[in-house]
Amino acid sequence: MTCAGLTVLATGPLTTVQDRGRPGQAALGVGRSGAADRAAAALANRLVGNPPDAAVLEVTFGGLVVRADRDLLVVTTGARCAGSPAHNAPAALAAGAELRLGVPASGLRTYLAVRGGIDVPPVLGSRSTDVLAGLGPAVVAAGDVLPVGASPLPLPGVDLAAVAEPPAGEVTVPVLLGPRADWFDVGAWPALTGTAYTVTSESNRVGLRLAGEALTRLRTGELPSEGMVRGALQVPPSGTPVLFLADHPVTGGYPVIGYVADPDVDRCAQLRPGQSLRFRAGGRPGR
Amino acid sequence: MRLLPSGSAALLVELADLDAVLALYAALTDRPPAGVVDVVPAARTVLLVTDPAVTTLAAVAAVVRTTVPRPGTPAGAEVVQLPVRYDGADLAELAGLLRLTPGELVRRHTAREWTVAFCGFAPGFGYLTQPGGDWDVPRRATPRTRVPPGSVALAGEFSGVYPRQSPGGWQLIGRTDVAVFAVDREPAALLRPGTRIRFTEVTG
Repeated sequence: MTCAGLTVLATGPLTTVQDRGRPGQAALGVGRSGAADRAAAALANRLVGNPPDAAVLEVTFGGLVVRADRDLLVVTTGARCAGSPAHNAPAALAAGAELRLGVPASGLRTYLAVRGGIDVPPVLGSRSTDVLAGLGPAVVAAGDVLPVGASPLPLPGVDLAAVAEPPAGEVTVPVLLGPRADWFDVGAWPALTGTAYTVTSESNRVGLRLAGEALTRLRTGELPSEGMVRGALQVPPSGTPVLFLADHPVTGGYPVIGYVADPDVDRCAQLRPGQSLRFRAGGRPGR
Repeated sequence: MRLLPSGSAALLVELADLDAVLALYAALTDRPPAGVVDVVPAARTVLLVTDPAVTTLAAVAAVVRTTVPRPGTPAGAEVVQLPVRYDGADLAELAGLLRLTPGELVRRHTAREWTVAFCGFAPGFGYLTQPGGDWDVPRRATPRTRVPPGSVALAGEFSGVYPRQSPGGWQLIGRTDVAVFAVDREPAALLRPGTRIRFTEVTG
């Protein structure tokens, strides 16, 4: 059952509908997409008793204002926005009441889950907006009325989830050797793992574009395009790596020097332009 | 076959050539290993994306190593007819470059079936190869910022059809009215790995 649920009054810089994305269609050129910080989105769904595949709103750098069209149960997770009464703690939003998300204290992406899920029509099996492929629901705009479904699951009875806030300062993540590490000069890996990179304002859901020490290629020539997953550190001719996030291209033709392990990509998705990121060699390899 | 690391949840299998990719991909799609959520063929590689909650990279690697490649296109692969108006902006210049007349180029494009080797670049964009076609087409020195949807193009050993307006550096030889990708259609992608394609010339 779906009824009117939320009226959008303002969106901030970018608000999209996201769920777990479109796995299984990469062979057709359709990427996975889905929430950039998967763990935060999953937590939001759990806290309001939604199934794991329910859609939530991904709010980039706050600024979302919504009005409840009926009595709703909501929660925010991820980046803690000023003014959210429901951060990591589900709260009622009565019919006619507004939820106004200010700028987050730290982190970049806030997930707003509503009990019942954002029930816009799925596209190719998912309600995720893929900004690179141009698939899925349109980017959320002021004036949108977002339908909210019904959840078949009981409420978990959790008042507050104790999770760490996204850090404001420098973040260090482990990095694993990538498939094309041998395409680079011997100095490239030490440079990648020994210096700090800065997240630039060119970053988006496709990837974090990093500024810092350029990584020199040993092998020139073209790499035939090959499949990529999120967490890939792809090195374009500029030499500064791009860390692929949720809406990364399905295949890419620049060599991948390393990979951030999948769970750590969530932390990277919370980094803001200007924040410092370090890669530590090693980390957890695939079992 | 080389197995290369691709992070904590994926494995990249590097192969000798495109035929080996197609043969491994066919075998892996016949019997997908447990816990593999995506199998992504490309020019020289097959990427296997796993669900770490279900399987391990070591287990998937073991399955890949013992998988017997199956050459040829998947059994029962359908043949898609694509009517093309061969009036592409690059047809004449490309024909000259390949020392052909435009008519000869069109005949080479339509004479034999093509097969979708893999997809990428955009949803529903297939990289098509023509067994025995022997194409070697340079990309345009300066990519176009806007290629019209339905454009039929060549680059390297591949032909392709642009699913929607996008930038592109391939040589445009014609245009089809068939929508190769439509999200409200089942299946959305007409050109899937293994699909066979016959281009036919539409005139007038």
